[in-house]
Amino acid sequence: MSDPYLKPLPEPSIDSLPYWEGLKDRRVMLQRCSDCRTVRHYPRPMCGECHSMEVDWIEASGKGRVYSWTVAHHPFHIGFKAETPYILATVDLEEGVRIQSQLLDVDPADMKIGLAVEVIFGQATDDLVLPYFRVAK
Amino acid sequence: MADSLNGKAAITGIGETEYSRGADKSSIGLMLEASLKAILDAGLKPQDIDGVIPYSLGPVGEEIMTGLNLTDVRFSAQTPMGGASPVAALQCAAAVIAAGVCNHVLVVLGRRGSSDSRVANRIAAMPQFRQISEFENPIGAIAPAQLYAPMARRHMELYGTNEDQFAEIAVTMREHAMLNDNAIMKKPMTVEDHHASRMISDPFRLFDCCLESDGGTAVIVSAADRAKDSRAPVTILGVAEGHPDSPSTITQRPDLMTLGLAKAAPRAFEMAGVKHADIDVAQIYDCFTYMVICELEDLGFCKKGEGGAYVEGGRIRLGGELPTNTHGGLLSQAHIAGMNHVYELVRQLRGEGGAAQVAGAEIGLVTGYGDLGDGSVAIMQKAS
Repeated sequence: MSDPYLKPLPEPSIDSLPYWEGLKDRRVMLQRCSDCRTVRHYPRPMCGECHSMEVDWIEASGKGRVYSWTVAHHPFHIGFKAETPYILATVDLEEGVRIQSQLLDVDPADMKIGLAVEVIFGQATDDLVLPYFRVAK
Repeated sequence: MADSLNGKAAITGIGETEYSRGADKSSIGLMLEASLKAILDAGLKPQDIDGVIPYSLGPVGEEIMTGLNLTDVRFSAQTPMGGASPVAALQCAAAVIAAGVCNHVLVVLGRRGSSDSRVANRIAAMPQFRQISEFENPIGAIAPAQLYAPMARRHMELYGTNEDQFAEIAVTMREHAMLNDNAIMKKPMTVEDHHASRMISDPFRLFDCCLESDGGTAVIVSAADRAKDSRAPVTILGVAEGHPDSPSTITQRPDLMTLGLAKAAPRAFEMAGVKHADIDVAQIYDCFTYMVICELEDLGFCKKGEGGAYVEGGRIRLGGELPTNTHGGLLSQAHIAGMNHVYELVRQLRGEGGAAQVAGAEIGLVTGYGDLGDGSVAIMQKAS
């Protein structure tokens, strides 16, 4: 018997399902407008640049740089109580969009804007893989 | 267009309940108590109210109408922008008044933010946080403190803003709260107390974070020609709301440190026809100490990056150049989602600020901030 999974679970939508399915294959999938080729995130139905609703999905390199961060000390949700303090990083991906997740195995004193990071994956439940970051090797 | 709402409406009545961490009334009870006080303060009867704008979380307009037995309401709406809602509701009220739909609009907020649903649970249930909930909650970004802290951290990294400047804001709010009979936090606070308070989400310590409170606050917005009969009307000179780029998610915003208020402020100042130097008193939405810095910049009181230095040296204290949150703010009076800021501005411009009265205050400003970056601002003046 494993411990119950207490963290919030995503509720994928028609717009976001390919993102969550991609994570199961350990790939970060991003929407790219089929017409003007602008990459966007989070998944949504219309391109903000040209307003096309046609979309392709591309695989992100997983590499990016820290834009900002916080160190979460107070657990606002019981599911995260055991892992505080943890770093929440906002990362500029090479593809030009941002993604936020935990940056693992870093001393908060070493955090700085521009820190090079890369995606790693964590199996949350049987049906859910989540993206995390570590300092780029 | 620029002066479209200038002088069209005035706040004629204000009402507030006791603010506490354990109200003996329901949310609708708090709303009705504050509403009735505001209606009587305006010299009106409940039946005179023909418009209702309740806060977007909690009891709806129909419950207000039923509770007060309002039988001729011609307009009801909500302005679902979190803490930007109350001031955005002033714009909504002024607009429907200017359009001739209503004479007296009740804007009311009441909640049990301490006793019932706390903030992390509240926002998860709000439709405007759907994208945050799907993508950011699973990895542990849940509460406003965690969502806003990266904005403050980047400001610190780029501009050298520091925790002493955050502390100056927290200590100032506490000093002001201690002058207010209806403030929750009455214990003195020093800079050292601030620095010793526990870390919530770096760089936010406990004393950088607003309270969670129970209470109700209401104001009556009246048509200018109907306001003349009231005791002490305060005229709305300029009012505006603004939304940041990528309003539904902070992380996708080109610039984390420039928010909707930066778009609203120039419109409000132009509509009001006043300059920054004309502002005698300011009520700035202070969900976190850093937000005061960000808003002072977005309002144009200083340049982006200079807000930390701006608050130093007592500038925002009573007696300073821009007395700010003379009631103690969300940080030390109570968290009534900024409706208490509207109340306080009216109180100041009436000259009824008691021990916290800004001498000679004639023109003042109030902001709202919420939903990850929406902003609203109103500039008011005591009616001559």
